Amino acid sequence: MTARYAARRRSNAVAMALALAATLFGIGWLILILGVLLWKGLSGLTPAVFTQMTPPPGSSGGLLNPIVGSLILTVLAVAVGTPIGVLAGTYMAEYGRYDRLTSVVRFINDILLSAPSIVVGLFIYEVMVAPMGHFSGLAGGVALAVIVIPVVVRTTEDMLTLVPNALREAATSIGLPRSVSITRICYRAARAGMVTGVLLAVARISGETAPLLFTSLNNQFWSTNLNAPISSLPVVIFQFALSPYKDWQSLAWTGALIITLAVLALSITARSLVGSSKHS
Amino acid sequence: MDPARRQSVVDFALQEGAMVSVEAVTRARVLDRLRLGDAAFRHLTRAAAFGVLLLLSGVIIALIQGSLPALRAFGLGFLTTDRWNPVTENFGALAPIYGTLVTSSIAMLIAVPVGLMIAFFLTELCPQWLRRPIGIAIELLAGIPSIIYGIWGLFIFAPFLQETLQPFLINTLGNVPVIAPLFSGPPYGIGILTAGLILAIMVLPFVTSISRDVFEAVPPVLKEAAYGVGCTTWEVVRYVVLPYARVGVIGGVMLGLGRALGETMAVTFVIGNAHRISSSLLAPGTTISATIANEFTEAVGDLYTSSLIALGLILFVITFIVLAVARYMLLRIERRIG
Repeated sequence: MTARYAARRRSNAVAMALALAATLFGIGWLILILGVLLWKGLSGLTPAVFTQMTPPPGSSGGLLNPIVGSLILTVLAVAVGTPIGVLAGTYMAEYGRYDRLTSVVRFINDILLSAPSIVVGLFIYEVMVAPMGHFSGLAGGVALAVIVIPVVVRTTEDMLTLVPNALREAATSIGLPRSVSITRICYRAARAGMVTGVLLAVARISGETAPLLFTSLNNQFWSTNLNAPISSLPVVIFQFALSPYKDWQSLAWTGALIITLAVLALSITARSLVGSSKHS
Repeated sequence: MDPARRQSVVDFALQEGAMVSVEAVTRARVLDRLRLGDAAFRHLTRAAAFGVLLLLSGVIIALIQGSLPALRAFGLGFLTTDRWNPVTENFGALAPIYGTLVTSSIAMLIAVPVGLMIAFFLTELCPQWLRRPIGIAIELLAGIPSIIYGIWGLFIFAPFLQETLQPFLINTLGNVPVIAPLFSGPPYGIGILTAGLILAIMVLPFVTSISRDVFEAVPPVLKEAAYGVGCTTWEVVRYVVLPYARVGVIGGVMLGLGRALGETMAVTFVIGNAHRISSSLLAPGTTISATIANEFTEAVGDLYTSSLIALGLILFVITFIVLAVARYMLLRIERRIG
C-alpha cells in the first residue's frame, strides 16, 4: 500500500513538474521572440525610417511608403468591413436571435474567422484583380475587409447579446421604434465591446501578408493611388527579409518591430477596454 | 402604418378640432417615417447577415471557377502526382499536400501535450495572482503576426536548429533502424521539421486558451469529490477533468489544426520551397500555402495560375472540414455547460 502511495505521489510530482516546464516553455518563446525583435530592430529604429522611402539595395532609406500604404489599406478595410460586420452582428443579436438564419450565419462566420488568409487573397484575385486586369490598393483593402468582417460580426453579436433586455423594454415602452432603440440605446451600451472588436480586427490585419501578396502587390515608390499597386509593411518585410542585402534585411527587422509593437499595443488596449470580461 | 389606420388616427384628431388636427397629421407622418426607417434598418441588417453567407459561397465559387482549367487538364490525377513542372506545364498537388499534412502533424504532436500541460498548470497549480498575467502572455503569443514568426524562424531559429537539434537528431535517431530515414541527410536548418516546430509555437496559444476555458468549466464539485476520496492533483486532472472536458479539448485541437494547415507566411520563410517528397523530415519541402505565396505572382500561363488556385481550393476544403468539426465539438460542449 505504501509503495503504491509513493508511486502515485511520484507521478503526481512528475506531472506537476512537467506542467510547470510546459508553461515556462510557452512563455519562453514569447520572451525569446520579443527579445530578438527588440535587439535586431531597435538599432534601426531612427527618424529616417518614418521620413524616407524604401531604398534600392545598397543605400540607406526608410519605410515611409510602406507605413503609409499599410495605414491606407487598414483604413480602407475598416471602412468597408466594419459597417457590414456591425449590421450583420446586429441582425444576429437583435432581430433574429433565435432564427435558423442566425445559427447558420454564426457557423459560417466562425469558419471565415479561421479560414486561411491566403485563400482570401486568391478569392479577391479572382473577383477583383483578374477582371480589372491589374493589381490595386483597392483590391488589397477589400481583401483585408474580408478578414475584418468576421471579427466584427462575432464581437458585435457577443456584445449586443450582453446588453440587458430591460434596456430594450424600457426603450420600447416609451415608444421608440426598434431601429432607434438599437442604434441609440443598445449600440451605446455595447460600445466599448464593439470598439474592442474593431481594434482586434485592426490588430489582426496589420500583420496580414498573405492576402496582400497578389492583391495590392507592392510598390517601390511613393503612391497613394488606390487604383495602382500600393506598398505595405508586411509585404515589404517579406521581400526585404528574403533578399540577400544586409541593409534590406535590417530594415525588415525594423519593420517587424514596428508591426509587433503596433499589434501588441492594439491588443492590450482592446483588452483593457473590456476589462476582465472574457471573449476570444 | 396601413392607410386605413392612419385615416382613423386623422379622423380622431379631427373630432378634437382644427388646431390639433394639424399636429395629428404631422405626428402620423413622423410615425410613418419612423416605421419606414425601422423596416429599412431591419432589412439592411438582414442583408448584411446574408452577405456573410454570400462571402463564403463567393469564396468557394471563385476558387472552383479559377481551378477549373487545371482540374480539367489533370483530373483527379492532380491529387496523386508529385510532378510540378512550370516549363512543361505539368502540375500535381501531392508534394504540397504531403508537406501541409506532415508539418501540421509535427505541430500538433508538440502543441497538444504542451498546451494541455499549460492549461493544467493554469487551472490547478498556478497561484491566483499569476493566472491572469500568464494567460495574457500566452494570448499575446497568439497575436504576434505570422510574418514575425517567419523572419524570426529564418534568421534565428533555423540556424540554431542547424547547429544543435538537427545534428543531434542525425547522430542519435538517425541510427535507429526503422525511423532512420526520417532523420537522414545533411542539416539544412530550413525544412519540414523547422516549419513544423514553428507551427507548433504558433498553434500552442490556441490549444492552451481553449483547453483552459473548458478545464475551468468543469464543475468544482466533481473535482472536490475526487480530491475528497484522496486523488492526487494529477489524478484529478487525468481522470476527472480531462474526460469531462474531452469534447471541448478536441474542438480546441481542431481549431489549432485549422490554423496550422492554412498558415502561410511563417512556413513560407522556413520550408525551403522544394517540390519533392523526401523521406527525411530534415529536407526542404513545401506546403500548399507556401507554394501559392511563393509562386502565384510569378506564375505565367493560365494553367500554372489555375493549378495554384486549385491548390487553394484543396486547402480550403481541408480546413473547412477541420474547422466545421471543431465548431461542432465546441458547440456541443457549450450546450452542455449551458
